Amino acid sequence: MLKSLHKRHSELANSKRQLDILSNGIFKNGDLPTFKEKISETNQFPLKAKKLEILQINVGYMCNQVCEHCHVDAGPDRKEIMSRETMQQILDVIKQTSAHTLDLTGGAPEMNPNFKWFVEEANKVGVKDFIVRSNLTIITANKKYHDLPEFFKKHQIHIVSSMPHWTKGKTDKQRGDGVFDASITALKMLNAVGYGMPNSNLKLDLVYNPTGAFLPGNQSSLEKDFKKALNADFNIQFHNLFALTNLPISRFLDYLIASDNYEDYMYALVEAYNPKAVSNVMCTNTLSVSWDGYLYDCDFNQMLNLPVNSKAKHISEYNENLLEGRDILISQHCYGCTAGAGSSCQGSLA
Amino acid sequence: MQKTYYDPADLKKFSKISEWNEELGAKFFDYYGKVFEEGALTEREKSLIALAVSHTIQCPYCIDAYTGDGLQRGITKEEMMEALHVAAAIRGGASLVHGVQMMNKVNKLEM
Ligand code: SF4
Ligand code: SF4
Repeated sequence: MLKSLHKRHSELANSKRQLDILSNGIFKNGDLPTFKEKISETNQFPLKAKKLEILQINVGYMCNQVCEHCHVDAGPDRKEIMSRETMQQILDVIKQTSAHTLDLTGGAPEMNPNFKWFVEEANKVGVKDFIVRSNLTIITANKKYHDLPEFFKKHQIHIVSSMPHWTKGKTDKQRGDGVFDASITALKMLNAVGYGMPNSNLKLDLVYNPTGAFLPGNQSSLEKDFKKALNADFNIQFHNLFALTNLPISRFLDYLIASDNYEDYMYALVEAYNPKAVSNVMCTNTLSVSWDGYLYDCDFNQMLNLPVNSKAKHISEYNENLLEGRDILISQHCYGCTAGAGSSCQGSLA
Repeated sequence: MQKTYYDPADLKKFSKISEWNEELGAKFFDYYGKVFEEGALTEREKSLIALAVSHTIQCPYCIDAYTGDGLQRGITKEEMMEALHVAAAIRGGASLVHGVQMMNKVNKLEM
């Protein structure tokens, strides 16, 4: 099994080193424009946060998988886990926020020992769209997780799961041996309780990330191909496919450098830059909360250790007025959000 | 001086072809774009055909472009290789089928 960058004591486990790489070389010598220069061309700098719509909560970096492209550098060896106390602070915030969507991510969020408690409590507050980003394999990983589909159903959770391809070879290469088969089993379990079925209000969406140093193709064409293949091969149904671009940070950055693809990939991102995607990048309506309660513009900035540019830096200091209108912290990884049709946790943007 | 005939960076300059003849360049790129739109064949099928043809005409730019295009569309390497074998089979077959001409000629000339 692949090890996290932290476990490997890789220099890229240090976010400063990642930011260094992203700010120097081709972006320093003028071969490519920085993201700031690029968005300035259309007077979109500084990027500003609009009204909060989505609260994305990273409940911990622990995961049963160690995917090669993981921007969280998650894995079984990561021990950062959100405490019940921080969860309680988030619950207090949900009661007063304008956000209509609560989006739980990780790691594997289900591995947090307080996961079920938190879902139950958050549900009582009444969120419109309650997303859990489930990696699927966690459902089959251990007996204690087998009841997750029923649990999700009971709380009307919207499931969003990663699936980089409809074939075993490509999926296992990115996500680890055996992941494809376990994911198929989990998808069948979810379908069996009603998730993803046509006209079902139990929403099951899939996330596609390219399995290498290339950008995602057209989201709706990919969705068609996924639907056709998963239905024909396994009789599996799902609702929408979100095509996400891999951002050049953490393990994906490590992969890009090790495979000598870094510069070409950055060229491809810059070349695919779409100014129309800028106004809708997810940091403009999302706030990301880390396992220890700190606030970030997005999950990527969280991993790069770029906290929000606001007086309210922690969930305990949450203040919508202070956070709205803040300048968003950017670097060259942001090109991943504006390439082609754009990319966010909710799929294409433009 | 450039030491090779092909430079991968030139692929990105393809559209510059129009600079020296805007009318025909524009017509070509319009046509090209239309050809690859979904019609009776899907865009995916067209991409695989393009990949096979690229190998037949041995254009390094096209091979680069349609390998990347295939990956973006989720085309697997097994599908890509099968498409190439179709190209190779037709190409090999085209040589071999001319053998009939050779045989005709031999049969005609030999006692
Ligand atoms: S990509 Fe998701 S499933 Fe894979 S290691 Fe990272 S957090 Fe875990
Ligand atoms: S990486 Fe984060 S900060 Fe940068 S554009 Fe994307 S969402 Fe915004």
